[in-house]
Amino acid sequence: MRIVFKTSYDADLGLFVHRYQAFWYVLLLAVAVGLPFVMNDFWIGEAALMLIWAIAGMGLMLLVGHAGQPSLGHAAFMAVGAYTNVILQTSLGWPFLVSFPLSGCAAALAGALLALPTARLHGIYLAIATLAVSVLAEDGIVMLAPWTGGVSGIFAPDIKIFGVGFNRYVNAPGFYWLTLGVAVLVVLGYRNILRSPLGRSLVAVRDSEISAQAIGVNLARTKAVSFALSCGVTGLAGALMGHFAGVFNHETFTIFLSITLLMMIVIGGLGSIHGAFLGAIVITFLPLAISIVREFLNERFGTASVMPPGIETAAFGAILIAFILLEPMGIYGRWIKIRTYFELFPFCRRDMFRRQRGYLRTERIR
Amino acid sequence: MSLLELEDVTMSFGGLTAVEGASFAVNPGEVFALVGPNGAGKSTIFNLVSRYCTPGGGDIRFEGKSILGCAPHDIPRLGIARTFQNIELFEHATVLQNLLIGRHTHRRSNAISEILHLPGVRAEERRHRLAAEKVIDFLDLQPYRESLIMGLPYGVRKIVELGRALAVEPKLLLLDEPASGLSAEETDDVAFWIEDIRKVMGITVLMVEHDMGLVRSVSDRVLALADGKTLVIGTPQEVQTDPAVIEAYIGLGDDGADE
Ligand SMILES: Nc1ncnc2c1ncn2[C@@H]1O[C@H](COP(=O)(O)OP(=O)(O)OP(=O)(O)O)[C@@H](O)[C@H]1O
Ligand SMILES: [Mg+2]
Repeated sequence: MRIVFKTSYDADLGLFVHRYQAFWYVLLLAVAVGLPFVMNDFWIGEAALMLIWAIAGMGLMLLVGHAGQPSLGHAAFMAVGAYTNVILQTSLGWPFLVSFPLSGCAAALAGALLALPTARLHGIYLAIATLAVSVLAEDGIVMLAPWTGGVSGIFAPDIKIFGVGFNRYVNAPGFYWLTLGVAVLVVLGYRNILRSPLGRSLVAVRDSEISAQAIGVNLARTKAVSFALSCGVTGLAGALMGHFAGVFNHETFTIFLSITLLMMIVIGGLGSIHGAFLGAIVITFLPLAISIVREFLNERFGTASVMPPGIETAAFGAILIAFILLEPMGIYGRWIKIRTYFELFPFCRRDMFRRQRGYLRTERIR
Repeated sequence: MSLLELEDVTMSFGGLTAVEGASFAVNPGEVFALVGPNGAGKSTIFNLVSRYCTPGGGDIRFEGKSILGCAPHDIPRLGIARTFQNIELFEHATVLQNLLIGRHTHRRSNAISEILHLPGVRAEERRHRLAAEKVIDFLDLQPYRESLIMGLPYGVRKIVELGRALAVEPKLLLLDEPASGLSAEETDDVAFWIEDIRKVMGITVLMVEHDMGLVRSVSDRVLALADGKTLVIGTPQEVQTDPAVIEAYIGLGDDGADE
């Protein structure tokens, strides 16, 4: 068991809990940067996709995991990011370095606008309201066909930064490093939010709106800020997703994408940055794993398709149900438990993580 | 000038009048207690002052200015902090985080500087931490600093909630049944703390409490309520011996005003 002695308040304000932790994260980053030197382009592409999922997941995690506002509309904000990014590049000829941040801003603005009418909604009602946004977005894309290309879709131009191309097929490592850079920046910003008053006010709104107000948190404004930040980050992921896909139309950003995003962060573990990454790994590599198994079965038994076509969706669903029943804290929650068990060995008690008796909360003054 | 003033405040929920013509003034530096049987309207008065409810009639003034135009989140900025009868803490955060959230009204940085973690943000965080640590020392919460609220026993939660209200550094502290559910020793601690809050920190206290022993030992003046109506305002002794108060408690089939 490791005991960390803290000798100043700054020790709690740093990015990492202690030096050992910093060591592991720096090592992880080094491995991530070095990946293209040991892997072929296919796997680098999958890794880039995983990072894009993780960025979108972090956006949604901020809203759902930290501010406690469920959203089933985040595919719409990915769409806003993706289309803004491409339209600014193709129609106005702006470079990626300008259009990319602006695509995040556009999604953030859209999110803040959504937060205004939904500020008084909670839980399932908010989920349904945001679900409607997801549905509307699909129709919106079709209706705005002159700009969005509608049903036939739109081509994402090659990313060019100072003359260097970042096409995911031509320069797979470049595209991967680009997404890695964005992901690292988002993680840093997210960490900074969590260790500042803003992050604490989000947690306050999530855990008790009543007492959040009693200590001076403006609910409507805090929710608007959380929607804006969340949708902004998801919009950035959408812009990258657009370049990754190369061509996309209204069917790229369906309600199913929104649900997948939400499932991803629940499986990964709500309320932690790790959860977004762990969920992204599952979402990216599950289809791969399934297709590998499928190929194996085909070879072995010679049957054309032993597995029905909808198997991926079914597998996602089954995994989600298993997590909600067995480990509501997600993969990251399970990891914390395993780690604590070994850190405290042999003193870990079975009910260490069990919640104490619940106390009635004030419902009267809602 | 009195710190908090209620003038003929009336509040009804549908057909039920929870508070009727309440008028009283809390002077700076005093401990003012509200007592009364269950459902008398004590918590409703707190909710009126916190602006969770809007009175049907009357006026509520803080430092001479009406607060009826304020939203609930403006109230702590004026210098009023509160606790809740059924503890309302941030369950999935640590004790320290709960106290730091209590510092929200003292936030000076904006979202952008916080996302970038500019040096000013860090300096401010150190100040917030220092203030939170002072509260931790005052309430002896050191063993629980890093514990999640959801794992803490009832008595500790109660004290953490008091701490969160103190972290606001208010002028007026509203305590809704600070000793309910606490053991005799814990209640004694609360009595000492209330004394110190008033004398050392100079914070005025308005509290609701059923434990007449605690009310007697800490409060300067007491207001007795029953069914939303004010029965009497006076010293603890006067209120306890008032016939109308005894009547209100006995009328409920209780064992007298001493409970
Ligand atoms: N939001 C509300 N809606 C409807 N009725 C309410 C509401 N809040 C309070 N009441 C009613 O107003 C009356 C006074 O309630 P209040 O909570 O102020 O009592 P109290 O004096 O705090 O009692 P206790 O000692 O049990 O805490 C009760 O009859 C209660 O049912
Ligand atoms: Mg009450």
